[in-house]
Amino acid sequence: MLSRHKYKGKLIVVEGIDGSGKSTQIDLLFKSLQAGTRTVFFTEWNSSKIVKSTTKLGKKKKILTPTTFSLLQATDFAERWENNMLPVLKAGAIVLADRYAFTAFARDVARGVDPNWVRNLYSFAPQPDLVFYFRVPLDISVERILAGRSQIKYYEAGMDLGLSDNHVTSFRLFQQRIQNEYEKMIDEFNFTVIDGTLPVEEQQTEVRRIVRNSLRGWTGLPNPMRPPRRRKTTAS
Amino acid sequence: MEKVEFYGAGFPYNPVDELPGKLIVLEGTDGVGRSTQIEMLRVWLEKQGHAVSDTGLKRSPLTGTGMNAAKMGNTFTPMTMSLFYAADFADRLENQIIPALKAGFIVLSDRYFYSIMARDIVRGADPQWARKVYGFALKPDLIIYLKADIETLVSRIVHGRGFDYWEAGMDIRKSDNLYDSFYIYQSELIKQFEIMSAEYGFLTINASRSINAVFSDLRKAIEVHLQTTHP
Repeated sequence: MLSRHKYKGKLIVVEGIDGSGKSTQIDLLFKSLQAGTRTVFFTEWNSSKIVKSTTKLGKKKKILTPTTFSLLQATDFAERWENNMLPVLKAGAIVLADRYAFTAFARDVARGVDPNWVRNLYSFAPQPDLVFYFRVPLDISVERILAGRSQIKYYEAGMDLGLSDNHVTSFRLFQQRIQNEYEKMIDEFNFTVIDGTLPVEEQQTEVRRIVRNSLRGWTGLPNPMRPPRRRKTTAS
Repeated sequence: MEKVEFYGAGFPYNPVDELPGKLIVLEGTDGVGRSTQIEMLRVWLEKQGHAVSDTGLKRSPLTGTGMNAAKMGNTFTPMTMSLFYAADFADRLENQIIPALKAGFIVLSDRYFYSIMARDIVRGADPQWARKVYGFALKPDLIIYLKADIETLVSRIVHGRGFDYWEAGMDIRKSDNLYDSFYIYQSELIKQFEIMSAEYGFLTINASRSINAVFSDLRKAIEVHLQTTHP
């Protein structure tokens, strides 16, 4: 269990396996919130500079183990948490995160690390105000990924687990394991499940409705680009 | 190793049931003379026909470059430094120490995670959190703590290489100058070692003495250990 946060801002997170459509959805949500009266900040998984060269080296030489991979990703997350998310939440912004600690809980455990160990690693991170989990059948998500790519990379395919010599087969098996972990976390971390097989627009309507409800009556940090002159825009 | 034991879950994806080698750790703060002693122990052990491998903090080929870059740029926070060091430690444990122990080597480790944890806690990390992070760590056969008081450390640092930004804990700004900062920071580290000493069963050797006196005690301690476990 993650602790509740007491910052002025709001933390909204999207999670799901690769190809679940969560990035598309959070991008649309980001755009709609940017046009609103509050300040919004976006951050995504594995985007800190601090471990970039190390992770790259480890991937290239294939020397990452489940534990070192997990610790490097936690370093990346901690850097973004301390330097981006935390101060912005304190300032009262809406933070949108494309993947959060739950990605580590799903992937690292799928790779074989101890579930309690990885939960402790991230225990400095609080429970978000909303966690959208995009659920799709594996066939659909794998097909979406394969359609857009010429190849799947070694670690992305979970080749380090030795599940199969074939990248696509390995990717499928790895994603299946990750999905199983996500499913187990629905109650543990209070996920809001979104049906990722619905049309993009329908999903977005649902996401926006839930976000709007959750933000009702909360002011937060004003959007400097759009002073809140017309009260009715937020209520409509 | 008599029995392979970890402080927590270890590496569940890669279980090890037998490690014929020995893991001997030398712990202690900066300036206690660990690396000198390890060099001498290595020669002494090899003379007796043991295969010896040594390792120390920040020597992982995975994290070495990246960590130095982050240290140079002062981009570390206590939390990111803590996790990055844990990655370095895990890499060496999985890719160097455990394979060497499998092959029957005596591994001399210039510090272990205890030092890293002490530094993390002095920098504000939660002691329970830090202990759980190292749940993957293998329990060593023998942990020797080279203990020296702060005055001895100061005189050795001044006599030797001079004060260093990180060894003085300047990143946490306990004082505006290297000397005072070193004094406060290293004293706090010594306190952490005292706490861990009982918890982890350190064998303490007084390191405020001559190199040869310390070496002699180290040899005795290791001899006794090797005899009792290799009858």
